[in-house]
Amino acid sequence: MSTNPDLIKLVFGRLSLESLPLHEPIVVGTFGVVALGGLTLLAGLTYFRLWGYLWREWFTTVDHKRIGIMYMILGIVMLLRGFADALMMRLQQAIAFGGSDGYLNAHHYDQVFTAHGVIMIFFVAMPFVTGLMNYVVPLQIGARDVSFPFLNNFSFWMTVGGAVLVMMSLFIGEFARTGWLAYPPLSNIGYSPDVGVDYYIWALQVAGVGTTLSGINLICTIVKLRAPGMGMMKMPVFTWTSLCTNVLIVASFPVLTVVLALLSLDRYVGTNFFTSDFGGSPMMYVNLIWIWGHPEVYILVLPAFGIFSEVTSTFSGKRLFGYTSMVYATVVITILSYLVWLHHFFTMGSGASVNSFFGITTMIISIPTGAKMFNWLFTMYRGRIRFELPMMWTIAFMLTFVIGGMTGVLLAVPPADFVLHNSLFLIAHFHNVIIGGVVFGVFAGIGYWFPKAFGFKLDPFWGKLSFWFWVTGFYLAFMPLYVLGLMGVTRRLRVFDDPSLQIWFVIAAIGAGLVFLGILCMLMQFAVSILRREALKDVTGDPWDARTLEWATSSPPPDYNFAFTPVVHDNDAWWDMKRRGYKRPLAGFKPIHMPSNTGTGIILAGLSTAMAFGLIWYIWWLAAVSFIALLVVAIGHTFNYHRDFDIPADEVVRTEEARTQLLAGAK
Amino acid sequence: MSQLVRRSYALAGLPNFQPKGLPVSRLRILALLPLAVALSGCNFIVLAPAGDIAAQQRDLVIISTVLMLLIVVPVMALTVLFAWRYRQSNKSARYEPEWDHSTKLELVIWSAPLLIIICLGALTWMGTHLLDPYRSLDRIAANQRVDEATVPLEVDVVALDWKWLFIYRDYGIATVNELAAPVDRPIDFRITASTVMNSFYIPALAGQIYAMPGMETKLHAVVNHPGTYKGFSANYSGAGFSGMHFAFHGLDDKGFGEWIAKAKATGGSLGRSEYLQLEKPSQNEPVRRYASVDADLYRLILNMCVEPGKMCMSEMMAIDAKGGAGHEGLNNTLPLTYDKYARRGTALGPEPSFVASTCTPDAPQGQTSAAVKAPADTTPLLGAGLKRPTFTPLKSTSFFLGQRPKSDS
Repeated sequence: MSTNPDLIKLVFGRLSLESLPLHEPIVVGTFGVVALGGLTLLAGLTYFRLWGYLWREWFTTVDHKRIGIMYMILGIVMLLRGFADALMMRLQQAIAFGGSDGYLNAHHYDQVFTAHGVIMIFFVAMPFVTGLMNYVVPLQIGARDVSFPFLNNFSFWMTVGGAVLVMMSLFIGEFARTGWLAYPPLSNIGYSPDVGVDYYIWALQVAGVGTTLSGINLICTIVKLRAPGMGMMKMPVFTWTSLCTNVLIVASFPVLTVVLALLSLDRYVGTNFFTSDFGGSPMMYVNLIWIWGHPEVYILVLPAFGIFSEVTSTFSGKRLFGYTSMVYATVVITILSYLVWLHHFFTMGSGASVNSFFGITTMIISIPTGAKMFNWLFTMYRGRIRFELPMMWTIAFMLTFVIGGMTGVLLAVPPADFVLHNSLFLIAHFHNVIIGGVVFGVFAGIGYWFPKAFGFKLDPFWGKLSFWFWVTGFYLAFMPLYVLGLMGVTRRLRVFDDPSLQIWFVIAAIGAGLVFLGILCMLMQFAVSILRREALKDVTGDPWDARTLEWATSSPPPDYNFAFTPVVHDNDAWWDMKRRGYKRPLAGFKPIHMPSNTGTGIILAGLSTAMAFGLIWYIWWLAAVSFIALLVVAIGHTFNYHRDFDIPADEVVRTEEARTQLLAGAK
Repeated sequence: MSQLVRRSYALAGLPNFQPKGLPVSRLRILALLPLAVALSGCNFIVLAPAGDIAAQQRDLVIISTVLMLLIVVPVMALTVLFAWRYRQSNKSARYEPEWDHSTKLELVIWSAPLLIIICLGALTWMGTHLLDPYRSLDRIAANQRVDEATVPLEVDVVALDWKWLFIYRDYGIATVNELAAPVDRPIDFRITASTVMNSFYIPALAGQIYAMPGMETKLHAVVNHPGTYKGFSANYSGAGFSGMHFAFHGLDDKGFGEWIAKAKATGGSLGRSEYLQLEKPSQNEPVRRYASVDADLYRLILNMCVEPGKMCMSEMMAIDAKGGAGHEGLNNTLPLTYDKYARRGTALGPEPSFVASTCTPDAPQGQTSAAVKAPADTTPLLGAGLKRPTFTPLKSTSFFLGQRPKSDS
């Protein structure tokens, strides 16, 4: 039986023993470590009998808070993978001089830089941002959950499905070797005949479903579930930026879905959308992917702007300066982000008028962004600034981001872009805005909302150590890249001839090493904080003397968030309540209507991942079976009538009573 | 201004640069030492180029940066100042927790960036049009107009996997991975690629422009200072990308004449079949020279019809522009037996095929099949430079979309 090649092909598609990268010692070693770690984890979970707990309380949860936390964990895990790729690249570029080939061959190195980009954007930055929005937005608007709690769980697991596919490509087959946007013709079947690009396509398609649905969910939540009195112009700024981000997600991710679908048609059934002949045009792909890709940048950075607004005003003990102009700036950025995509390929040969149009629209974005920067500045002005960790990240952001913004506007001048496009200057620029903006913002957000989620603060010593390693590491890693860009060094090179460049790559590698220490300190910070949780405990629910509604409830908040839906009279609702001498209601509790947990989300996502795996490896039966199962489960779920339950009044009373005790103990 | 900047960077690039006479203590000089050492070996080619176009682009880089620093520096200074002054421990600073609006300030913070963007926008509009790579040159240096009598040097550039082919139409020669041009003579590049996207970039000469298969981009530039500069692909194109660079020589007229003569003397000719060999993926190619080149080669490469019997894109577009060939057009395809892996089909797609040329010198009456000869070497071209994949695409998938195998037609 095993000798029949047709049967083997039918069962395994193009998957064979040769697909395992046994010839790559680095990958085999990594696999060993990951497998060992994974087995230890699984054994531990089994030994401590945690599976049932995890399944009931986490995997099937529809609670936006738990889903938010799971998104953050996904982001941290994938950050380790994406950063390992970054270290490998930095090391390769630091040693591949003077005839040395470095330690990575082209086959491996090209996968590494593609995977780094894909992972950092889709599976680190996106989960971080979505996780924070998921956790914070319902609390900030005084809601009990998002509009569609089941959909939220499903979205999360789809994102995980995409991440699993990317991780799988490390050990089964290979990942794309095309750069993170997989431009055709290189990504077409002719020049990438193996599974790499298919992994890329299906990982993004599966995760993209999750992202789009979570965007719809959060828009609906923000529009429909705000507490009474919270008009649009009384929403916290983070909620505003979240709204704009999710509008961007819903408007732009379908474009990504379509463009990847067209690419898969080219690759699977021989259509000619993006081929160079038969009437196809790769330029179409480049345009379409950037029509998604540029808004994506703002999808990431707008929530970060929101976090900085909350943090600045809280730690300055002062109202946010220019709330209205902040909101309008956010909306203007949202709209303009659709009018600039062409600046990613001025060098593709558009006419001067087209290029200057897109150059100028790009520059115009810097006006609202600049206004925001000034608003944060004048929020600090005449404040009382407490330099807790989130505020330190904010100051680091303000100093770093203006540099990134400046180089960004510089790249928006088409003739300047002609000499700097695709150079390491460009790499330095976008890491400058993504690390300086998004990553610092996410870290500020983690430090800021961690006590809300877990009831204790993060340990400041390890946090500060991590902060300094990150900031100095960032500057050491990326300032040399600006220099190299001005020396005409282009991106994605594996080996170099000119020995005078090496010193800069070595400095950059040292910088990456410092960032690595920063990440380790951050993990240490989590560990130490958990061990010292009694000492770091906060029972008030409002450890920072903050301003918005999420701080009105306990830390961690009860399942139902608020026993009574708060009524809002002011932008800074909680600040206003505190000032007016708000008293917590202690009686009159009613049963609270809540959604029930369900395993459908994780099952659907698992089936989608299996289907994607089948399509990647041409295992058609697997794809067909999982697709049918997907339909069956989805339709079956519509007959599930156990979707909600009531938290009985006496349980609410007990929970609130416990909080009253805690608060009394704190005084 | 450009001269000044050029000189100052040249100064920083001097190996014997010493901060002599500066009123700094010995310790400070020691602190600066690593920086000076690091900078001494540097060649900021983007900031000190050798061609007029690149120099103007550099000027724009610098002017834009200075314009933006006008606002960036105050913002950074204010950030530090406010962070310091309004720290919690400084009880003497004013604290106004409710102050959150000032119309005057709002006007300033919106209009200051606006003003700078207006200036920069005007500069961008002008610069983009003046430095449009498609625009022929009107000057060869800041104060030197193009002499009307000068004939521009025409070079056809083809990005191959993974080397560069340069065809000098007027001289009838071609080179691989080496480019030369006489100083102060305008150069007109026509740029295309054989398989995937690349970007043609010589930092010392002018900004880059993409090289794309089946399409032509243009670049006009001039080199003002003799010397040897680096050129390379600035767009990742597969496994051999790192080695895809070439030397660009700016030569005086005599030197250029000698360079041409050298190519003429080496012999060898580049026709269609030699090109098809050359086109196959290879890495780190040495310089090659061809004494003669098929005059039609560039047009065939651009129209993706170097292989005999294949219809050129230009023909196809001309037919389509006249309404297409109707159902006959669908049938005018031939099964593919020799082309790149690219055309070998997909798992679920129809049989790979190509559009047959309707009229070639080999088959004047449209008897296309007669002209198509499979070459002896049937090893597919592996664009990405890979080992041959173990999986062979299915061949009998006529069920999909009702398409029948093209070979039946």
